[in-house]
This record gives sequence, C-alpha cells and structure tokens, in this order.
Amino acid sequence: MEPKSFLELMQWGPDGWLDEMVFGTFLTLAVALVSFVFGLVFGAIAAWAKVSGGPFSNRLSVTYTTVFRGIPDLLVIYLFYFGAGLALAALASTFFGYDGFVALPGFLVATLAIGLVSGAYQTEVIRGAWSAVPKPEIEAARACGMSGWTLFRRITAPQILCYAVQGMGNIWQLVLKESALVAVIGLSVHFAEIRIGDIVLLGETRFSDLLRQAYVAAGSTRQPFPFYITCVLLYLAMTTLSTVVFKRAEFWATRGLRTA
Amino acid sequence: MSMIPQLKSRNLAFSAVVAAALLPLTGAMAQEKVTIATEGAYAPWNFVNSQGQLEGFEVELAAELCERAELDCEIVMQDWDGIIPSLVAKKYDAIMAGMNITPTRKETIDFTQPYAGGPHGFMVMEDSDLVGMPGGEYSLTTDEAGTEAAIEELKPLFEGKIIGVQGSTTNSNFAEKYFSDVAEIRLYKTTEQHDLDLAAGRIDVALAAHSAFKATIDGPSGEGMVVVGPEFSGGLLGMGVAVGLRQEDTELRDKLDAAITSAKEDGVIEELSMKWFGIDMTPAS
Amino acid sequence: MDFAYLAESFWRLLGGVPLTLQLAGTSVAVGFIVALTFALAMYGRVWPLNWVAEAFVFVFRGTPLLVQIFLIYYGLGQFRPELTDFGLWGFFRSPYYCALLALSLNTAAYSAEIIRGGLLSVPRGAIESARAYGMSGPTLYRRIIGPIALRQALPAYGNEIILMIKATSLASTITLLEITGVAHKLISETFRAIEVFLCAGALYLLINSILAFAVRRAERWIAPDLERTEVAATVH
Repeated sequence: MEPKSFLELMQWGPDGWLDEMVFGTFLTLAVALVSFVFGLVFGAIAAWAKVSGGPFSNRLSVTYTTVFRGIPDLLVIYLFYFGAGLALAALASTFFGYDGFVALPGFLVATLAIGLVSGAYQTEVIRGAWSAVPKPEIEAARACGMSGWTLFRRITAPQILCYAVQGMGNIWQLVLKESALVAVIGLSVHFAEIRIGDIVLLGETRFSDLLRQAYVAAGSTRQPFPFYITCVLLYLAMTTLSTVVFKRAEFWATRGLRTA
Repeated sequence: MSMIPQLKSRNLAFSAVVAAALLPLTGAMAQEKVTIATEGAYAPWNFVNSQGQLEGFEVELAAELCERAELDCEIVMQDWDGIIPSLVAKKYDAIMAGMNITPTRKETIDFTQPYAGGPHGFMVMEDSDLVGMPGGEYSLTTDEAGTEAAIEELKPLFEGKIIGVQGSTTNSNFAEKYFSDVAEIRLYKTTEQHDLDLAAGRIDVALAAHSAFKATIDGPSGEGMVVVGPEFSGGLLGMGVAVGLRQEDTELRDKLDAAITSAKEDGVIEELSMKWFGIDMTPAS
Repeated sequence: MDFAYLAESFWRLLGGVPLTLQLAGTSVAVGFIVALTFALAMYGRVWPLNWVAEAFVFVFRGTPLLVQIFLIYYGLGQFRPELTDFGLWGFFRSPYYCALLALSLNTAAYSAEIIRGGLLSVPRGAIESARAYGMSGPTLYRRIIGPIALRQALPAYGNEIILMIKATSLASTITLLEITGVAHKLISETFRAIEVFLCAGALYLLINSILAFAVRRAERWIAPDLERTEVAATVH
C-alpha cells in the first residue's frame, strides 16, 4: 500500500487523524489543568505545613517535597497506574469494610500522580511567595483590627498571588509537558457520537491524549514521522500560548508592586 | 496564624471533592453488566481502525459470547502491561486480549476454556540471513525434549542477533528462557512496536503468534516481511487463548464457558476464525 | 510488605543503575558542549547563528522530552533508507544513541538558557574595567566573565543535572533497561507495584542526594561568600 501524504493523513473525519489529534490536544489540556489544580491544593497544604505546622507536619512536608522532586515522574505514574487500584481496594476494605468495586477512573489516577509531583514544586513557590509578603503590611493590617479570614483575603492572599505568579507560570509549563507522560499508560476517554442533525461531528470514538494519539496513529498507519511532528507543533502552540497568557497575568498581578 | 482558617476550609473542600468523586463509583454492579478489556494493538485479534474504533476477532467474538450468555457487555481498551492488575483491581471484569492460559497467570487469575489457539514463530525481513531457518512443528506440551533439541539447533543462527518480543507475554518468557544466552532480547510494549522496529531494521527477528504476523504482512507496511522457521506451541507458550477472569467470579466463568461451547458447536467460532485469520483456530476440545 | 522480595527487587534494580548513570552523564557532557555553543551564539552578534540557536532552544524547551524521544526514535526510523545512504543508520538504529541524542539536545536547550543567564549576570562595569586594563577575547572570558557566570549558573546547573537523572527514566519507553525500565518489567511480571516502586524510588533518591551534596560542595568551593538560595523550579 502506498504511504499516504501528510495532507491525506491529516484530514478531519473518518479518513484522517486530524480530528483525533485536536481532541487529543484538548484532553492533554484537561489533564494538565486538573493536575495543576491538584498540585495547588497539595502545594498549599505542604507550604502551610512547612511554614506554620508543628515539627511532625513540617517533616512530613519536607519528605513529600524531597521525595516527589527527587524521583522520576514516570515512576510515580507507574505506581498509581499499577498500584492505585490495589492500594485503594486494600484501604477500602481495611478502613471501611468495603469489599466491592472501588474504581478510580484513569483520568483521576493520572491527574493525581502528576498533581502530587507538581504540588511538590508548587510548595516551594507558595512558600517563597508567602515569605516575600512584607511583614510590616501584616502588622499594619492587624493594627487596623483585621485578623483571620479578612486579613488573609485582603492582604496576604493577593500578595502571595503577586509573588507566586512567575513561579506558577514555570510550573504550569512543567505540568503541561508532564501530561505527555500519560501516553505511557494509555489514558483514554470514550465518547458517543456527536452529531448536529445529519452531520456527524465526531463518530463514536475513544480518544487519548495528544502523544498517545500520535502513537496510535503512527502504529496504525506505520508512518510515525508526520504524527510526531504534528505533536511537536501542537505542543509548541500550547506552550507558547501559555507563555503569552502568563506574561499577561504577571503583568496584571504585579501592577503597583514595587519591584525589588 | 492567619494561614490556618483558609487552609482548613480548603482542606475540607478538597476532601469533600475527593469523596464526592469517589462515591458514585462505588456503587455495586448489576450482575448482567460485564466490562471486557482488550488491548487494541494486536491485529487481527483486537486493534484500533482508522476511525478510532475497536475491531477484530475478539471484539466480534465478545459480542457473540455476551449475546449467548445474556450479558450486557462493554468493551474497553487497556494496555497489555497493566491488563492483569487492573482486572484484579476490578477496573473491568474480563480480559479478551489474545491472552494464553499459563500456570503463572493461573496463580493470579482464572480462565475459561480456550476459544482459539495457534502456533508461535519468527518473522524476519526478506533479506535477512535467517530466512534459511529450518521449519517444523513443535509442541512443548507433547514433545518437550524434541522441541528443545530443535531449539538448540537453531541457536547458532541467532548468535549476536536482536530478538524483539512483546513484554510480559509467553513469547518473552520463551525468548528469555531459550535464546537469552545467544541473542539480545528486546522487550516492547506492543507487537505493533516490534513490527515497526523490524521494518526499521532495529531488530533482526520478531517472535510472536503467527496469527499476529499474518496481519502485519497483509497490512500497510508488511512489505518485505516473511514468517520463517518452526512453529512452536504448548508448554511455556501457553495452552490456548481464553477469557481471563477474576478467580472469585466462578459464575461468570461458567456462563462464558457455556457460551463458548455453544459457539463452538454452532461453528460460529470457526466462521469468525476463518474471517479474521484465514484458518480455523478453534482448539479441539 | 514482603521484605525478602524488597531485597530481591532492589538487587535486580541495581542492574539498571549503570545505564542510568551512563545516559545521564554522557548526555550532560554532550549537552553542555552544545549548550555552550548555543549560549555563545545567543549572546553574540551574528544574527543567523543567533536565530538558529533561539529557534532550537524554543523548540526543545517548548515540547515534552517524551515527544522528542519518540520523534527521534520512531519518527526518524521512518527514514531508514535515507539515513542509510548518509551512513547514519547505525546511529539511529540503536535505542541507546537515540535516547542519548534526545536527552543531550533537551538538556542543551535548558542549559543554554542557564549559561546565558549566567553570562548576562556579569556586571557591565566589571567587563568595562577589564577592557580598560587591556584584556580582551579569551583572557577576558577566562578571568572575568567565566568565573562570575559560573558562580551564578552553578546552582541552576546542578539542578539541571539532577533533572537529567530523572529524565533518563523516559529512556525506558524505547526498550532501554535503566532503573525505570527494570522496575516496569518487574512490576508487569509480578504485579507488586508498591515494593518495586519503593526500591526504585529509593535508588533514585540516593543517586540524587549524592549529586545534590556534590553540587552544594562545588558551590561552596566556587563561591564561599555567596549565600545559597532556593533555586526556582525550571524543569522539563
């Protein structure tokens, strides 16, 4: 069979792979976003533990950041992929006496894994931002009678946001590129047919993240190069867009901020 | 300190989200609904066509068996290297992925009766110096000594060569047991991958089921590939392809066994086998 | 938790360590040389070179390492006839060299940025006064620019080396049996993910701790007066 040309391969619809690649891009973005949010949560908890936790939570937090920054992300993903189901089933039956069906959708497994790794890096960013907040401002706020939630909402949080934006931008790029690793565990999402009237927008299909899609297409057509190049281009598009967005965000967040 | 109130409630919100996400998933399954996992990268048994849909011998057979056993089946895709742990973890209920029955696998999971079988062998490129390999049919189950003698004779041909196999399969066990002293064994994630590398000249020979090789040769880039050498079966290479199940699901196994028997008797398996393999792969039972 | 099995997996995982170290070490070394070239090109004033270097860094920092590995190994494998004509097939045939190429180019891109950052941090005043003294060319680099840039870049570069050790784990996706490759093989054969993961993780932590210690020592030796600050995360 004659190898197809690049344009023939990249058609929208049943004969080409372009639609799969594009939807793969969206799934990649989704994985990255959810992982980033998980990472924010984990990072915030760990940063708080380091800053104002007792010695136990402090040490736990340090262990968390050291471990998850010191081991390869692929290993973490393998652990969750192979072990999560078993570990959760064991947990469920030990603590809840539940012996039934404990499922974790692949999406959650992957995003938790990446989230844990990104959280370890986000801990440092949040902690750095927290310590960069000028203490005199907090004192002044307390002198005005602010405390607790109000103090946090009006003074501390916005400041942390300012100082953390650049670091978070770096971590977002990290997470975006990390999400390619889920290709190794074959994360996929199953969709029923999407149609408008008689026009089939997307046939019943299962699609995976961008790299996985390229990998499947390469295997199916035996022409890897066009697909991996497309992958490169799409990732470049995503990272460039992210850089632009974060530069804007940085500009907005640090407006009025006195630079060091 | 001021950070505490925010993070406590953030903590709480987080746990609530996780709990809410997990809760709907822990519902008990209705008995009739069965999820079957397949690899999707093992033509013609199971593969993904250019529309992104699962197709293949096992995909059609699964539909057939489920109809006979009156089960409501859904087929999902799962990478080979996680296919057994995920079954045990209850991600799905059955495996139909060209998986052979082996004693090692039986320690962890259970199988129905086999619904297909077939020999394993080597595939090389036409211009390879291994093309002259002597043939023959050998079964490790019925004639272990004879088979091993034949393998010994083949070994000098493999000196310094690179053999590609799919990891964690009967093929990789076979290659590692008999050929690792003379050749380099490279483990791949899927058979598609080692076929690609064979075409690319990265490996000298691939070892897999003949049925899989036939699909490659007939496919878009099987040009210049040829199956050579003896046909091996039995023993280390497994006792036939069957449905993999959890050990405690004896009821499901019995239902599927009955379905397989009835499909065999009706000649449906033979029909599907002819359609996808060109030969009858039904095991004598 | 089976401790006998833990010990056994640790022993088998150790078999992957040489390849991990080899991949990391060689790619860091090669990457450094390439990075130096690109950094100087970006720092310099020859526009075409500048542009090529910038493009290279942009592509390799903007895409995941795994995509780069797949592109070089699988993608370029499609061009076997052309590569054979150029006598390059022996190189691209081997997964080891493909992984090495991908890792080296990847680290070169990040390292180029780090080196450039170091070069840019050299104060104008220092260079001006050096020139006033009649220093120029290699002497200027060797005595003034080099040491100052090195001091600035070392923490970030040390971080980069640790990241490369972690990056070698991706070589397992193209059949190489370094630590993660062996771990994956063990897990898929015996399904004991947690024990194998603990051992493999411990191995990586050990290697990275030793490296981090060495880097801190180097920092202290280069610049005993500078305070060590937490390095911001720039990762792959």
